[in-house]
Amino acid sequence: MKRNVLLIAILLIIACALPFVVSNYRTFQLTLVMVYATALLGLNILTGYNGQISLGHGAFYALGAYCAAILMDQAGAPYWATVPVAAAVCLVAGFLFGLPALRLEGLYLALATFALGVAMPQLLKYDHLAKWTGGVQGIVIAKPEAPFGLPLNADQWLYFFTLAITVAMFVLAWNLLRGRIGRALVAIRDQHIAAEAMGIDSALYKSAAFGVSAMYTGVAGALSAIAIQYVAPDSFNIFVSIVFLVGIVVGGLASISGALYGALFIQFVPNLADEISKAAPWAIFGVFMIGFVYLMPTGVAGAIRLLLAKRRSSP
Amino acid sequence: MKAKLATLAAMAALAASPAHGQKKYDPGASDSEIKVGNTNPYSGPASAYGTIGKTIAAYFKMVNEQGGINGRKVNFITYDDGYSPPKTVEMARKLVEQDKVLLIFQPLGTPPNSAIHKYMNAKKVPHLFVATGATKWDDPKNFPWTMGWQPNYQTEAKIYAQYIMKEKPNAKIGVLYQNDDYGKDYLKGFHDGLGAKKSMIVKEVSYEVSDPTVDSQIVQLQASGADVFFNVTTPKFAAQAIRKAYDIGWKPMHFLNNVSTSVATVLTPAGLEKSVGLISTAYIKDPTDKQWANDAAIEKWRVFMKKYYPDGSLTDNSNVYGYTVAITLHQVLRQCGDNLTRENVMRQAASMKGWRPETLLPGITITTSADDFAPVESVQLERFNGKQWELFGSVLGK
Repeated sequence: MKRNVLLIAILLIIACALPFVVSNYRTFQLTLVMVYATALLGLNILTGYNGQISLGHGAFYALGAYCAAILMDQAGAPYWATVPVAAAVCLVAGFLFGLPALRLEGLYLALATFALGVAMPQLLKYDHLAKWTGGVQGIVIAKPEAPFGLPLNADQWLYFFTLAITVAMFVLAWNLLRGRIGRALVAIRDQHIAAEAMGIDSALYKSAAFGVSAMYTGVAGALSAIAIQYVAPDSFNIFVSIVFLVGIVVGGLASISGALYGALFIQFVPNLADEISKAAPWAIFGVFMIGFVYLMPTGVAGAIRLLLAKRRSSP
Repeated sequence: MKAKLATLAAMAALAASPAHGQKKYDPGASDSEIKVGNTNPYSGPASAYGTIGKTIAAYFKMVNEQGGINGRKVNFITYDDGYSPPKTVEMARKLVEQDKVLLIFQPLGTPPNSAIHKYMNAKKVPHLFVATGATKWDDPKNFPWTMGWQPNYQTEAKIYAQYIMKEKPNAKIGVLYQNDDYGKDYLKGFHDGLGAKKSMIVKEVSYEVSDPTVDSQIVQLQASGADVFFNVTTPKFAAQAIRKAYDIGWKPMHFLNNVSTSVATVLTPAGLEKSVGLISTAYIKDPTDKQWANDAAIEKWRVFMKKYYPDGSLTDNSNVYGYTVAITLHQVLRQCGDNLTRENVMRQAASMKGWRPETLLPGITITTSADDFAPVESVQLERFNGKQWELFGSVLGK
């Protein structure tokens, strides 16, 4: 336990130092990694811990992003105030979607969420909403500058802003999943009849897991809108949802740190694939994916856990 | 001693101040190379357009083999953005901040370009000849670092309006348009083109991309008594509209927007006999058009394709487009001479006077100025004869 705390402290110090060492472009990329990590953590709560497969989390990501963008564009809200609003809206939306989804298990739920993910970009283009969403044109957002005269440029400030929220979200998840609620979620995943026999309200927990999961993804969406300064329906096609699922599987299902590894994977591997081949970047991405899944069947987090366990057992 | 010092100082000053005609560089340019950045959808929903990026890469490979531009090799760096705006932002930042390109050339698509519009102008990096027909790229006052290339939708619509006012001054016009920025851009150009004669429009109906058909809209237009039909639709709906109008016996003077003129993907499914008499516009020589079969420029393009891009299709208009736009950049960089600063790139791009790549239709030229950031602004009307498009009339527009 002590070692873990030390490790996390070192990681945080490195995270704080990084933007002063690397270029602004890399800082921006690392900001995106944290955004993805938050989104993946949300999906992992639902899929990894609670066993509900979602192929439509891109929709909540979009919802969060549009919440932030519309609030800033239409209501002139400050960027930081949009994050909690996006969180609340997505929590409610996720919970409500989770209620009917209760009737669906496994692959049927995957299909229902898939429909949500496919529909989202078209809903965003819907004519009667275009007044707020900007239709196909999307919404352009101004870039936030560092407040209080801090000696940081806009990219560095955004990095620290995102870092603070990401850390808070991870701590929250840690508390949530390590305790009674986390155990209940896992119990439902593994054997829901037994879980109910133990007095766990399966319906409530499942809907709540959906809500919390959507909230995480929504926060990530809001952060991404602020970082990218632009939202458009084309930013949230069904591929976003699928890439999120890839991220949690590669990073490690039912693992908090796995979200971070998964985020690194989905941020950097496509770029790497593009550099290897312009003709078929997704084929190269596929090769990487198969390689990872084959070599680390429990995700990167699982592989690291195994490695540490081996080192401990052999003096 | 003092005199000697003064001489030295004078010499030093002379050495420090660059003499006229000396080389001047911004990031991305040097004695040996010019770095040009680009994003293209090599994957994702719009990956059919990825061939444009490949054609441009092949073109600059040829230029480099032939000695480069003013002795400098072009280093064309292109990344996949999958038509996803967030990816375009990331890749544009990579090009500007990490690869340190002199300019970004031909990023494709309206949403991806909208995403980097502000960024490019804040960074003062040329955002040159973007691959979209939206009208907003021609706004040198607010966005002096962004420039379009192809004729924009409004220009095209104005040309139809002028033609109608001349040929059929008492026309009753019906309009069908796709209800998004693309359709509305056309509609605005059409209204502007008609000006005071806007009342000639008797009916305007729209459809959503998600609609299954436009049959009911066509019936409505016929019922309005319109004898001119302005058809602003994307390929699938264009084919439906052409077929439905023919089937219900509505025979208006039919204008079809340039977006949907493909014989293979629009007119053939609609029925070639039902497409006879359609009027549209063109600005690039179509490689499948028989009248260019022995054209020197198209022949040169074919030789280029076979040698430098053998995988590319010889019937795909996009490959002629990519080739033509690359020639335009080649000309701009040639004009820059040894002054390869970002400011000079924009200045040269904005001072093309009647310059003409041979793959544009005869009579169409590129003219730009400090307050005209729309390079290709003229098109020629064409009419479908049941087999192919036939150009007619003179070149219209500016």
